[in-house]
Order: sequence, then C-alpha cells, then structure tokens
Amino acid sequence: MDWLNILSNSASSIISPATMAYALAALGLAVHFGYAGLLNMGVAGFMALGAYGYAISILTFGFPWWLAMLVGLVASAGFAFVLGIPTLRLRGDYLAIVTIAAAEVVRLLFLTTAFDPVTGSADGLSGYHGSFRDANPLPDGNYGFGPWVYSSDQWWVRIVGVIALALAVVLVWRLMASPWGRVLKGIREDEDAVRALGKNVFSYKMQALVLGGVIAGAGGIVYALPSAVNSGVYVTSLTFFVYTALLLGGAATVFGPLIGSLIFWVLQTLLSNLLPAMVQAGILPFMSQIQAGTLRFILVGVALMLLVVFRPQGIFGNKKELTFVR
Amino acid sequence: MSGNAPGKKKPTASRKKAAVAEAPRPSAPKQREKSTGLHIGEAAPGVAKVDPIIVADGVRRTFGGLTAVDVEHVEIPRGAITALIGPNGAGKTTLFNLLTGFDKPDAGSWVFDGSSLSGVPAFKVSRMGQVRTFQLTKALGLLTVVENMKLGAKGQKGEKFWHSLVPALWRAQDDEIEERAMRLLTKFKLDAKADDFAASLSGGQRKLLEMARALMSEPQLVMLDEPMAGVNPALTQSLLDHILDLKDEGMTVLFVEHDMHMVRHIADWVIVMAEGRVVAEGDPVTVMKNPAVVDAYLGAHQDVDLGVVTGRYGDGKAGAGVTAAQIEAEGRAELEDEEK
Repeated sequence: MDWLNILSNSASSIISPATMAYALAALGLAVHFGYAGLLNMGVAGFMALGAYGYAISILTFGFPWWLAMLVGLVASAGFAFVLGIPTLRLRGDYLAIVTIAAAEVVRLLFLTTAFDPVTGSADGLSGYHGSFRDANPLPDGNYGFGPWVYSSDQWWVRIVGVIALALAVVLVWRLMASPWGRVLKGIREDEDAVRALGKNVFSYKMQALVLGGVIAGAGGIVYALPSAVNSGVYVTSLTFFVYTALLLGGAATVFGPLIGSLIFWVLQTLLSNLLPAMVQAGILPFMSQIQAGTLRFILVGVALMLLVVFRPQGIFGNKKELTFVR
Repeated sequence: MSGNAPGKKKPTASRKKAAVAEAPRPSAPKQREKSTGLHIGEAAPGVAKVDPIIVADGVRRTFGGLTAVDVEHVEIPRGAITALIGPNGAGKTTLFNLLTGFDKPDAGSWVFDGSSLSGVPAFKVSRMGQVRTFQLTKALGLLTVVENMKLGAKGQKGEKFWHSLVPALWRAQDDEIEERAMRLLTKFKLDAKADDFAASLSGGQRKLLEMARALMSEPQLVMLDEPMAGVNPALTQSLLDHILDLKDEGMTVLFVEHDMHMVRHIADWVIVMAEGRVVAEGDPVTVMKNPAVVDAYLGAHQDVDLGVVTGRYGDGKAGAGVTAAQIEAEGRAELEDEEK
C-alpha cells in the first residue's frame, strides 16, 4: 500500500473546497437546527440554488463572478423565504418532511430537460470559471508545501472559501451571543413560552431560516467554484452528510460544524483511499475495489447512528447538555 | 453550547450588588386586606365591575361538536386578584388561551384596557401588558435561569437582527436587564441558580421561574394557569406571598386554581365556570356557599376528610361531624332522586 499517497490525499482534504462547502452548509444548518430548532432536511436544495444561481448567472446572463455569487445567495434567501411562509407554522417533524420534498423539487427542476439550455439538465453546467479566475490576484504557478501544493487557481478558490467561512463564522458567533440569539434558542426550547413573552416567533424563525439558507447557499457556491455543477450532487444523501458533519461537531455550536466537516472529509478521503488499497493488497479478500469504494458510505451511516445514540451533543457540545437529553 | 462564549459573562459586580441589597424576606406572612366593592349591583354571572381591565362579550369556542367556552359577558376587575375556578373541562384554560391570543374564538369580542384584542396575535397581546404562564410549566431547559429571565424583558434593542450585530447598541440595556433579572431572582430565591440550566430546576422552582420571567415584562395583568399545581406546601406559602405582592405593586392577577384554600385565602373575586359558561361570581366566601357552585364543582363534602368521604375510616376521625354511613345514605338518596 502506498501509505504516503493515502495520507497525503487525506491531509490535502483539510483545506479542500469540499470541506469548506460542507462547513458552510453545516454552519447554516447549525443556525436552523442547532439554534432555532428547525428540522431542515432540505440543505441540499439550498446548496443547489447557491451553486446553480452562481453558474447560471455567469453562463446565461454573463454576470461578473461577484455579482453571480450574490445572485446565488439571493436565490437561497428567496427559497428560504418562500419555503418558510407556509411551513414555519408546522411542527418539527412536519417541517422535515416538507423541506426534504422542497429540496427534491429544486433538484428535479434542475435535472429536467425542459430547461436544458439554461440548466444543462443531466449534464450539469461547467466552464463558468473565466471571470472568477481572471480576478485571481496570485501569479501563475504552484505554491505550498507537503501535501498542500496547489496551482494559483486552486489557491484562489481556497482563499475565497476561507474568507466566506470566516465571515459566516463571525456572523453566527456574534448573532448567537446577542439577545437575538437568546430569543432563537428560547424558540428552540419552547416557542409558545417565547410567544407568551411578547416575541414574534414566526418572524424570528423566518430570519433564522433565511440566514441559515444564505450560509448554506454560500456553501453551494464554494462547492461549485473549482469544478462543475451537477444536479446529481444535490441529492438527499448530501443533506445527510451535512447532518453527520454537524452532529459530529455539535449542533448548537459555532466551531462544531467546522471541525465536524473537517473530520468528515479527512475520514472520507482516508477511507476512499485506504479501503481500495486494502483490497488491492489482499487484506479484504471478500470484496472488489468498487465495493470497497462504497463501503465508506456504509461506515458513514453507522457513524451517524452511533453519534446520535452515544454523543448527541457532538464533540464541541456542552457536557452539561447531555445530562438533560430531551 | 460552547461556541457562544462571549454571551456568558461572569457574574458582574452589579449582579452581586443586587443580591446583597435585597436581603431574604422575613418568612412570616403579613396580613393583607382584601379588595372589596369591585362590582356594581348584585354579584351574578356577568356582573359589571367598577373598573374592569378585561371585558369579554359573547366569546365562544367550539371543538367540533363540543362547546368548550361560551361566555356571554364577563369582566375582570383591575388591581385585584381574581380566581377562575371550575371542574376539569369547564373551559378555564381554553378561555385563558382565547384571552391571550393563543387560540381564536368562533365568535365574540373582548377588550383589554380599552383596546380590542379580537384577532390580535399572542405576542402582541403580551406586549400590551397582558402576560400569562402555562399549566404545564414551560421553562426553557437549555437556557440558563438568568437567560430565561432576560428573555422576558420587553423592547430589547439587541433582539433586532441588525442591531444584535453591534453590541455597543444593546450592551448597556442588557446589563440593566440583567440587574433587574437578578433582583427578581433574589426575591424568588433563585439567584443561586442563575447560571444553571433551567432544566436542572425542580418542578416547583420552574413554576417560580416562569412567574418571575413573566414579571420581567412589567405587565399590567398577570394570568397564572394553575400556579400551585405540583408545588409543595412550604413553597405554596411563598408563591402566595409573591402573588399578593403583585397586587401590592398595582398589577391585576387572574389565576386558575383547584386549591380552594388558596382561592379563599388570596382571591378578591371568584369567577366559577362549568361546561364553558360562567355559572357564578362573587367574593370567595359567598361564592363557595352558592349551591350552584357546590353542585358543579366543590361537592357537598368539601370540608370533610377524604377518608370519611370514601368510607375508609369512620366516626370522629375527620372531626367534621359527618360519618361514612351518613354520606352513603345521602348519596343513595340522591341517586334515587335522579332515578325518579
């Protein structure tokens, strides 16, 4: 087995755009689920709108990259708003059903051939990098050390990703430390009690849904920055992966989603390299290399189950919270 | 919730000061006069009050075929403690929900302090100064006790999305609110628990917290839904004092309660509901002698020991001059009456 290659790939994923995209999506979900108690199962839909909003703006309307990003964020916000009007009156489990359906509707709209000239249907969209790469201030060439050697374009994607993540972290951190965050946490605990204290619960839930939606949309944009957009990515299992990352770190924390995504992706990369290599080396004789590649998804599922059962507050969650499992 | 470190400040100097300034109150309850002369004319269901804070007219709420509330006219006197009593299923809590905007009536209108409340959502009702508690206590478990309290304060600048991002805009107000919260917590003897999760409080402490939290909004009318349910006798005494204090501070109290001793002790006015209607009104002593109330709610042997009523032990033990045999005979006679 080529251990050096396996470890190097795993280490490289620490600052991969996918990790940052997951971290952003998980942070948005932390606002929804961790702080406001909104069981949003449609994260993939928010990410899809961010990504497609960005790509379509450039390819169809010829917008510059920054304006396209803004369109992606506005699209996610709009989706959150439209979704929220009828659904925020629903209780937790019903909201989950509606959001999962809404995300599928979004994905199928991007998949259908009816809008092929704009969405690219099953082929997805690509070739929208020109404007973004032109704005790259880094000179051409390769930079970095060890496993983290990337071209200037790859670095540019990572820099923008880190900036977006930092902005989102600071925003959520400030909000949750404020009286606004206090109201939101109160709503998570018992919205009738908060209503009885004179707070407009619907409005707060809507604000939280839009805020988390925009952050998840930013995750979708970062996900789309380096390569291409394809509707096959924004499936329900993406939502579950983001939930795994979130719960790994701790749902009602600011840094939990970051660390959770990091661990999630490093492990994913490690397993996707290690398992086939083990098959090749004859350690797992009962399966093929392709089977070994899918084994990691099974392991993710098992990990999610173990996590929820044995450490529901995640790595960063308050230990005291565990004493009072609801 | 480790990520919100900046929000959890160490107890500030002001917080400690507040705790010292308000020494524990002496436990001997003071005698207080009951408010009288609240009504105009004879005390009957729907009687007009000298100075009503709530006037409800024709409020009806049905659930399918069941009419839960059907109140023709009722007025709640201002500055007094009014008890709402009645058997289970009489519509007391439903009326509470209707008056506070948590439920919408099929018909009817009601006025709070001169402004109509029909169709006004619950959060606006609360902002107008009419705040309620719940029968099943709603402590916000994973917020600390002091956070619970601060949530109760009205008109917080930092609760607006964009303002919340600039602490300079709300920090001073927040400290002020915290000081007030600590004063109230001290009064309710919860100050030692200020930084604990509300989930760690006992049932009785949660009742206290919920009441204290409601007071953070500086209401005119406090509506308590069974404040004594599940509270031990010693704590009941201090809760009673707190409720009487509210009246002293100029607030109006409306509460639902099944503990008749408490109702007799603190209520200035009693409204009795049965099957959704107001069946009697009056001062506690008179109302409890009203045959309609005795029939619908209290039962004929309210002052007799339960052991005697159920016939588990006989003469003399309850000291109320009634024996099991007597009760049984009465019951049989009643049954026979009904059969006729």
